[in-house]
Order: sequence, then structure tokens, then C-alpha cells
Amino acid sequence: MKPRINAFWLSCATLVVGGLVLTEVLHNDYYFNALYVVLQGTLMAVAWNILGGFTGYVNFGSAGFFAVGAYTSIFLDKYFGHVLPLPVLIAAAALVCALIGLGVGYLSLRLKGVYFSIATLAMAIVLATLISNWRYMGGARGAYILTPDTYLWFHSYIQMLFMVMLLLTVGAVAISRYLNTSRLGRGLAAIRDDEVAAECAGVPTLRLKLISTTLMGALMGIAGAPYPFFVTFVDPASAFSLFVAVNAIAMPMIGGTSHWIGPVIGALLLGSAQQVITVTVSSELNILFVGIMLVGFVTLAPQGIVGLVQKYWRRAR
Amino acid sequence: MLSVDLLTNALVAGVLLGGFYAAVSIGLAISFGQLDIVNIAHPAFVILGSYVAWILNSRFGFDPVLIGVLATPIFFLVGVVMYRIYYAAFERTGQESLSGLAFFFGIMFIIEVGIMLVYGVDYRLVAASYIGKSINLGPIGIPFRMLVPFSAAIVMTGAIWLYLSRTFMGRAILAVAQDPLALQLMGADPVRIKQFAFGLAIATTSIAGSLLIIIGPVEPSIGRDYIGRVFAIVVLGGMGSINGMFLAAMILGVVESVVSTFAGPSWAPAVAFGVLLLTLAVRPSGLFGRR
Repeated sequence: MKPRINAFWLSCATLVVGGLVLTEVLHNDYYFNALYVVLQGTLMAVAWNILGGFTGYVNFGSAGFFAVGAYTSIFLDKYFGHVLPLPVLIAAAALVCALIGLGVGYLSLRLKGVYFSIATLAMAIVLATLISNWRYMGGARGAYILTPDTYLWFHSYIQMLFMVMLLLTVGAVAISRYLNTSRLGRGLAAIRDDEVAAECAGVPTLRLKLISTTLMGALMGIAGAPYPFFVTFVDPASAFSLFVAVNAIAMPMIGGTSHWIGPVIGALLLGSAQQVITVTVSSELNILFVGIMLVGFVTLAPQGIVGLVQKYWRRAR
Repeated sequence: MLSVDLLTNALVAGVLLGGFYAAVSIGLAISFGQLDIVNIAHPAFVILGSYVAWILNSRFGFDPVLIGVLATPIFFLVGVVMYRIYYAAFERTGQESLSGLAFFFGIMFIIEVGIMLVYGVDYRLVAASYIGKSINLGPIGIPFRMLVPFSAAIVMTGAIWLYLSRTFMGRAILAVAQDPLALQLMGADPVRIKQFAFGLAIATTSIAGSLLIIIGPVEPSIGRDYIGRVFAIVVLGGMGSINGMFLAAMILGVVESVVSTFAGPSWAPAVAFGVLLLTLAVRPSGLFGRR
């Protein structure tokens, strides 16, 4: 096992260094915009998979967590007069969304399967209604946010946001990988396969589920926190967009949900394809594409790309 | 300030709205309540029904309700095909929970964006001689654009209720909900019955969609608002009970109407989900639960 762990951390370090090099050599901000969107999708997909893939609870309310993360940073930024640094905002968003995640975890005590999924969808819409009626946050009309004009040593603000997102995503993948391979992850898999049997076998199901939902919430909040600075204008319709939710589900489903690399593969593939389609054709077609990919994969290859590859390897041996 | 006139008006409007909600939810009460198929795309099919009504109405000037009724066979066939795919891909292999949900989630997206790509995001409405008129009973005004959908909805839910409780096929659908294995032992094919029932559930969306566009203008993403409503109604009604569903639709219609009259329309969407969350947390078996 030793060399594989090193390979993982090595590739993480390579990615981060590669990102830093990219900010030095590439000066077209468009690329960083596109990469930011892909990374944000990856982070959301990895977060969704911790609950959806490892634990088997389907969350339809991803957009709710994402939006609460975004609105937490808008609130704090406005309240303290645009002085708080981005890491503080991200940490605050993580905290708020972790608490919501914890609440959702307790919900899973009573609600299994489909009922849990519908409840998370309901939660996202209740949150959206609350924000739409909260005038301080701009209500339904939305809120503008000013991007700070300092950006460390980078050449533009978006470059810095890109690096922040890259670090966050790599961190999230590391956490997800740890969960997947550790003792904790085996407990989660036991819950996914048969919750009653897991409980009988002595798996602390409630504690594991709470860890899983809290972690998922926090990571989604983290994904949402820098979003206002990325778009500079946030309204409930864009922050609670169903597109965020469907992407968070489609990416792991396409990549494969049972392995930590699945959502990463799915997100990178789907995310890059979306960028290409948005630029070359139209953004509506891009949403349609996600829908078709999702339906196609769940009907024809339910184990995702990871499942297909595993099957191929087994046959090759 | 609580004015009596305002309250009576809100109550009447709520009952009319509730009747329409029953028409939108009855299909889901069959597919989700009886067949355990979590058709999240149900409201998207309703929007599809609205667009069929809009296209034929604006082109040929047919009455929207008539279009809704005439289009039911096509929607029925679509439902049958959908169930065949669902059965082959998920139900047979026992993967309906996670993958099936994602499947319908994707279908919902495809319908919504498909309409958006072809017809754009503009609000569409239908023309009929009765839209815009209303009856006034003292201080209470009853607009025809609410009364017509209400009446049509009552007829449709009544007919389906009779069908399910009186005919052989209807009872077979109820039986497949209770125990598919026992049905199989009786010599009936559960898959064929479910296929028929799912077709019926989708067929109702054709009529519900035409009623929706009579009530107000429709645009592709409006269906999302109905996801919460229809699931709240079916769950509150007690999964598959048609009577319970009807009562729940009335409750939701009245509560929503009162809330939007006294607290403002922007709070109305939260009502359905609030009711849903409360039901799930307090009494998941609903009003007329079968479990």
C-alpha cells in the first residue's frame, strides 16, 4: 500500500504546482473562468458522493447547501463591510452548512430512501423561499458583491479564485479518498448495502450517517462560499439553480459512485464537455446534454465509468 | 387586519385551487402511491400537457380542456414506453431506489430543457371564451379560469376513483400495490398491470396540463414549483389513497391561498414544502395511510 499513497499525494502536489505554473504562463482569464466552473462542479460532485455514493442516501438538495454557502459569504461580507478575508468566509460557510447537514442527518433517522430524497428537495426550496423574502440579502432581486482589488501575487482576481478552488477541491478529494478507504468508509458502505444489518452487526449507523451528512454539507458550503466573488451578482434563482443539483448527481453517477475517483472522473469529463458545449453551441443545449448523459448512464451503465473499467479489467485477466 | 370578505374569498379560491391540485396529483398518487415508482418527472409531464394545449389552441383554436382529453392516448403510450424502460433497466434488477430516482430526475431535465430549446422561455397562454369572465356571488368573485379547471378536475378524479374501486383492472392495480407476488400467483402479470397503471398516471398529466394553462400562463421551469406540491399532497394523503389525496389537495389549496392572501404570494412555495417536511417528520404515513 505504501507506494500507492505516495502516488496519490504526489499527484495532488503536482496538480497544485501545475495550477501555480498555469497562473504564471496563461494570461487569458477565460481559461481560469472555465477551470473554476469545472473545479466547482468537481467539489460538489465529491461532496454529494460522500452521502449519495458511499452511504446510499440520495440528496436532491445540493443546490440548497451551495446557495447557503454563497449567501453566508454575502451576509458576512456585507455585515462587516467587505473586510473579511476569503478563507474566513469559506470557514464560516462550511460551519453553517455543516450544521444544516447535521440537521439533515437527524432527518435520516425517520426518513429512508425516497422520503429522504424528497425531504432534501423540500428543504432546498424552503431555504430558497426564506432567502427570496430576506430583504437584507437582496431578496428575490439578488445581491451585488464587489470583488476586492488585492489578489496576492496573482495577475488577476480570477486566477486567485481558481487557485483557492483548486486547493479546496484537492482537499475534498483527499477527504473523500480517506473516507472511502478507511474503516469509516466500510461502515458507510455497510449502511448503504443494508442499514438494518449494519446496525445489528454493531456499526454505529447514526453516528456514521451524521458524520457523512455533516461532511457533505460542509463541503458543499465550501463550494458555494467563493461563488459570489466569482459571479459578482447572486440571486436566489441562480444560487438555488436546479442545474447545480442535477450536476452534483449526474457527475458521480456517470463516473461511478462506489469509488472515490468516480465523481472526479465524472466531473472532469462532464464539466469539460459542458464548457466546450457552452462555448461552441449554447448553454441550454449544455443542460440538455447533462440530462441525456445522466439518463443514458443510469439505464445502460449503472456502475458508471469506474464500473465499466473494472468490468473490462476483470475480463482482460 | 383580518377582513371577512378577504378571508371568504381566499377560502373559496383555495377550494378551487385544491380541486386543480387534485387533478395534478392524482397521476402521482397512482405511480408513486400505488406502484412505488418515484416519478419526479410527473410535473414536467404536466408542463408538456400545457404546451400541447397551447400549441393546438393557438394554431387551431380548440378548447384547451378538449385538447387535454384528446391527447390522453398519446400520453398513455408515452407512459407505457417509460415504464418498459424503467422496468427493464431498474425494477427487474432491483436498483430502482438510487438509479431510478436519478433516471426520472434526468427525464425531468430533458423535458424541461427540450421545451425551452424549441419554444423558448416566454410565458404562454391559451385563449377560450370563458377565460377572463367570472361569477359574482355578493362579495365573492369566482373566476371561470378557476371554476372550469376545478370542475374538470372533480370529474377526472371522480372517474378515476370509480375506475379503481369498481372495475376489474382498477382493482388489479390496487392489488399490485399491495402484493405483486400474490397477484402473480393468481395468474395475473404484475408487469402488464403496472405498465397499464403507469400509462394511466401519465395520461392524467395531459388533462392536468391543459387545466394548468387555463389557470395561468405557463413557462417551462414552472414545473419545479409543482414537485413539492404534488409530493406533499400524495404523502400527506397517505400514499396511494385517492380519498386522502383529494383531502390533502384541498388542505394545501386552502392553506396556500390563505397564506398568499395574507402574507404575500412570495411565501406560497414554502407552504407545500413546509407541509411536506412536517408530514414526513410527524406522521409519515399521512392522513389515510395504508401502512
